[in-house]
Amino acid sequence: MSDVVERTLSVLPGLLGQHEPGAGPGGAGGPARASATSRLGSLIRSITALTSKHEEEKLIQQELTSLKATVSAPTTTLRLMKECMVRLIYCEMLGYESSFGYIHAIKLAQQGNLLEKRVGYLAVSLFLHENHELLLLLVNTVVKDLQSTNLVEVCMALTIVSQIFPREMIPAVLPLIEDKLQHSKEIIRRKAVQALYKFYLIAPNQVQHIHDKFRKALCDRDAGVMAASLHIYLQMIKENSSGYKDLTGSFVTILKQVVGGKLPIDFNYHSVPAPWLQIQLLRILGLLGKNDPRTSELMYDVLDESLRRAEINHNITYAILFECVQTIYTIHPKSELLEKAAKCIGKFVLSPKINLKYLGLKALTYVIQQDPNLALQHQMTIIECLDHPDPIIKRETLELLYRITNGQNVVVIVQKMLDYLKESKEEYAIINLVGKIAELAEKYAPDDEWFIQTMNAVFSVGGDVVHPDIPNNFLRLLAEGKVCIVFCLGFDDGKGDDQLRIYAVQSYLALLEEEDALYPQKLLQVMSWVLGEYSSLITDVDPEVILTKLHSLLKKTCVTSETKAWIMAAVTKIASRTSCSKTVDKLIQEFSNSLETYMRQYVFELKHLCENKVLMKKFLPFDASCNDMVVDASLSFLDGFVAEGLGRGAAPYKPHHQRQEEKLSQEKALNFEPYGLSFASSVSSSGITGRQSPTVLSFGSDTSGNSAETGHKETNTLKLEGVRKLWGKEGYLPKKENKVGKENEPQTVACGSLLAGQVGDPPALRSEQVAILSEEDKEKQQLASTLFIGLGSNAGVSLMGKADTSTQKFKRKSKINETQNIEEASDFQNAAASDFGPLLDTVPINMEDCEGNLHTRLRKASLCSSDIVEDNLAFETPQALKKSGLDQRLSDSRLSQSSLFADSNIEIFQPPPSAQCESASKTPLVPSLPEELKELTHSEVVELCQNDALALYLCKVWTDDSLLLTVFVSNKTISALSAVNLVFEEAEHFQILESPSYQFPVIEARSVEHCQKCVWMDKICTQGVLSGSLNFQSEMETHLEFSVTLSLLDFIRPMEMTTEDFGNLWLSLSNDVKQNIKMSSSQDSLSAALNTLQQKLKLHIVDIIGNEGILACQLLPSVPCLLHCRTHSGMLALWFRSPCSALPDGLLYQCQKVMEES
Amino acid sequence: MIKFFLMVNKQGQTRLSRYYEHVEINKRAMLEAEVIKNCLSRSKDQCSFIEYKDFKLVYRQYAALFVVVGINETENEMAVYELIHNFVEVLDKYFSRVIMFNLDRVHIILDEMVLNGCIVETNRSRILAPLFVLDKVVES
Repeated sequence: MSDVVERTLSVLPGLLGQHEPGAGPGGAGGPARASATSRLGSLIRSITALTSKHEEEKLIQQELTSLKATVSAPTTTLRLMKECMVRLIYCEMLGYESSFGYIHAIKLAQQGNLLEKRVGYLAVSLFLHENHELLLLLVNTVVKDLQSTNLVEVCMALTIVSQIFPREMIPAVLPLIEDKLQHSKEIIRRKAVQALYKFYLIAPNQVQHIHDKFRKALCDRDAGVMAASLHIYLQMIKENSSGYKDLTGSFVTILKQVVGGKLPIDFNYHSVPAPWLQIQLLRILGLLGKNDPRTSELMYDVLDESLRRAEINHNITYAILFECVQTIYTIHPKSELLEKAAKCIGKFVLSPKINLKYLGLKALTYVIQQDPNLALQHQMTIIECLDHPDPIIKRETLELLYRITNGQNVVVIVQKMLDYLKESKEEYAIINLVGKIAELAEKYAPDDEWFIQTMNAVFSVGGDVVHPDIPNNFLRLLAEGKVCIVFCLGFDDGKGDDQLRIYAVQSYLALLEEEDALYPQKLLQVMSWVLGEYSSLITDVDPEVILTKLHSLLKKTCVTSETKAWIMAAVTKIASRTSCSKTVDKLIQEFSNSLETYMRQYVFELKHLCENKVLMKKFLPFDASCNDMVVDASLSFLDGFVAEGLGRGAAPYKPHHQRQEEKLSQEKALNFEPYGLSFASSVSSSGITGRQSPTVLSFGSDTSGNSAETGHKETNTLKLEGVRKLWGKEGYLPKKENKVGKENEPQTVACGSLLAGQVGDPPALRSEQVAILSEEDKEKQQLASTLFIGLGSNAGVSLMGKADTSTQKFKRKSKINETQNIEEASDFQNAAASDFGPLLDTVPINMEDCEGNLHTRLRKASLCSSDIVEDNLAFETPQALKKSGLDQRLSDSRLSQSSLFADSNIEIFQPPPSAQCESASKTPLVPSLPEELKELTHSEVVELCQNDALALYLCKVWTDDSLLLTVFVSNKTISALSAVNLVFEEAEHFQILESPSYQFPVIEARSVEHCQKCVWMDKICTQGVLSGSLNFQSEMETHLEFSVTLSLLDFIRPMEMTTEDFGNLWLSLSNDVKQNIKMSSSQDSLSAALNTLQQKLKLHIVDIIGNEGILACQLLPSVPCLLHCRTHSGMLALWFRSPCSALPDGLLYQCQKVMEES
Repeated sequence: MIKFFLMVNKQGQTRLSRYYEHVEINKRAMLEAEVIKNCLSRSKDQCSFIEYKDFKLVYRQYAALFVVVGINETENEMAVYELIHNFVEVLDKYFSRVIMFNLDRVHIILDEMVLNGCIVETNRSRILAPLFVLDKVVES
């Protein structure tokens, strides 16, 4: 290897173009390249010679001007064009846009021959992005080249398709590319698979039908084609590992062959057989074996062999070993392998090679969650890495420690993190680590004081970059007063909260004691909120002192206007609890002439409030920040005012969008405004439309530059229960704006001294400062014992920070609920998946026909399951048969009665005579759904019709992909009925999948049989009837008719998507329906209304922003319908869009109905 | 997944850049400047992987030239580190002298090796095969 490197090194300086001024063509090139290279060459050389950015810009602009002239000149030959393209690529690479050349790149790809064409394609792939409109112009060229007889051209076309291709044009090339999968040349097959991989990434639905072809590619006789297919499989298995378990054996065999050196020798890299292929396979195996002992079993051997074979000391074998270790710890564990993997990690961690050490730490971090003992084994190495001169190693070590944090070592680990933060300058690292510290502190804080000090350090170090959630959560913890479990032993007597709050107040007073300290805005905001809320808990400090401090803060120039708002809020709160204060008076006097309008406003409000202390106390209650705020959204208190205005002849208020609509209709112009824009504008204007107070308007407009932020602030306040205040109908709403959600615009204020002083040095760290060499080891031991305390076999996994069972000191209700929900959901999914698993195995056709096609599979599986249930029922029936003899006579007489009716031509589904009614009610043949359907949402079982022999029941099951009608036929007689035929009539609106009829071969006496039919809505209607009949032969032909009413809602399913997808889809849809409907009083908020829609109509709420919400649903099988909602003054403006014109109308009707009902 | 592939010299001049995720053209220059600053600030005995923002950089230095690859957390750093060397070896096999004036060919080679941020081919002879065919046509 070394001679290769040497040769490479000797060649590479040539890249700089510094020597050999007449640099000629490369070894493989011919004379044709001489002129081309020299022009690019001279450009590169002259750029390299330049010393300033300015000169470079000048030169490039010159170059671009001349290029522009050349490429647009009609006389330019294709060869020259190619040369120009390369120079354009170079200019773009340096950051100078050359969009004038894009179209010429496409032309070159179209007209050039071979190398010119290739360069054209290359330029296109470098210049254009996925959604560039010019890309459409390339499609024809690609189609032509795919059909070319020249293999080189086919290769190029396939390469460009797998790099960049417009999604909507996939159908144009897909069949051509599918054909290429059978091509005789491996390179064509390989590139075709790569192109299909690209399609899978951008439009998985479009390649669903060729999953079996992927399988063929996997089994291709050429290793390259097989390797290409692995990319697709890795992706598909990532998304759904359970669908590909049957391929485990194949992957294992392939890996075995690769490891065993069965591939051609040119796949070797430094005598290691196809290392990147091995890595890919190991990843796939890891995904397949995760949580699956049976599948894992299959791969133990090959993993063992991989570990054994990768013993040569070369970087690439380390890469393989790393992947192996990860796979071994991902799949169902096998102790023997774990041992070997652990040994391997040990070798890495202890290696003097720094890259290997890094890899070892990374592996250890991954593994440590399963096996904390491994951290103990390597504790000394970890300690050494903690003081490693390379900050990257340090950071990786901290990441590792973060994962093993528990209640006992949290103090030391957080201290180590803070130490690292002091040295770190990179913003992203700071945000990341500060977030982790805050998380650990909330989870494992040993006592209140430490918690407060640590959070102070977080705010000081994090400064302006801390995530806004951190101060929000911190304040919420204080406000909600979650009791410290360890200290209060579960007593919720409120003392624990007060203790925490008192600590906080004390520590902030101490911080403010320092005269010249500069604190970040976020910390100041937190301080002022805490002081405002809880300073009265401290009795030995005069509120006047606190007010003086806040007052002096207000005068500082470094304090932003936002922070001043927080401080003023604090002053107001404290003032409400003191009888009279000189400082407040002084403050009012001082700022009532302030040049800053908002300050004048705060002071004005404060002044008027101080005049009525009783009122002030009433709306500034103590410790009420967690109480729910009652907002009179309908603004009923303004009714009188409005009525008065109307009485005086004022025009009635029209909501924003209505005014807009009117304006548009007046202009008689079509609205071409894109969805995204209208959304953005409404968000920024929500500060005005959403808020009902006229004062807010003044707030927004007076504060120059602040108005744009209002919307943003508002969204913050939604999350920020902790800082909300109770403002009621009394009319103090304007005040609210001053109090809530002011936490933007932090400033960088370094606060180094604070850190050292604030965070209590744990004893272990103090001893570390002793700099005597001989004692160094001892210290490390000590540090180790503090770091790794609580780990190991006794402690078990539960102590590992990530486990859910760990005691979370400060509970955050909402978050816990969330995670539980997610877990439940995933449990449910797992359960569902495992339920379907065995079923699939029993259906051989499925495996062949629709490999990997999840949708069809699931549908088939659900159908199969019903068959199985029927089998089960059939097993039970013989018992019933034995009894049947007893009642034979009785039933005979009944049957004859029924036949009498039939003879006399009375309508069959007319209610039977009372005597038979009785007998029917006596038979306890109440059907119930089979177990596997019960878990799905379903209606109640209702009776459709009956006669004296049979009763027909129906249950609707709303599965994800269809409406499943389960029809139960109950045989009330005491003899078996054979050949009972159920037939659905053809309906205008509905389509029954598969056959519309079903025959029950036999229904035993007094038993229930059932069948299932998948139904889709073919033509949209709000409600439709599906009728059918039941025929059977008893003593004579009997015919029973029934009908089922199906509603549109039976076929609506939620459609999950991201806001971004929603935006894209919205723009692409054309059928519009808009309507305003009145909201009832019970759902005066948007979220309440949306929840109603979600529950009753099964719409999926995609996003809620301010007073607007977006929802999505689909009509089965897959017609989307998007809904945009917006509330304004008790009205809900609905705006539907869908590719199907009738769907929005139908849904609108349902929405109206639902909203009226609720 | 590989996010970008860069060749930058010690002076901070970009010699080759290929992005596998769309990055605005004006942001590229800034990113590249920061990336090379990060690489230059590291000494030989420090590790070749850098955590940078929300992704990682894997770099290798050849004389005055840095090859830097940006990857996300799913990628194996060491495998990418060796991929860089494989790439350089392929370049070495193909070019006998100056590489940089053949920007198009370097790109064509890279396109054979990495597609959509995935390592698709590492077999040296297969990587170069299409390019050799093109060269033959040009010569004749």
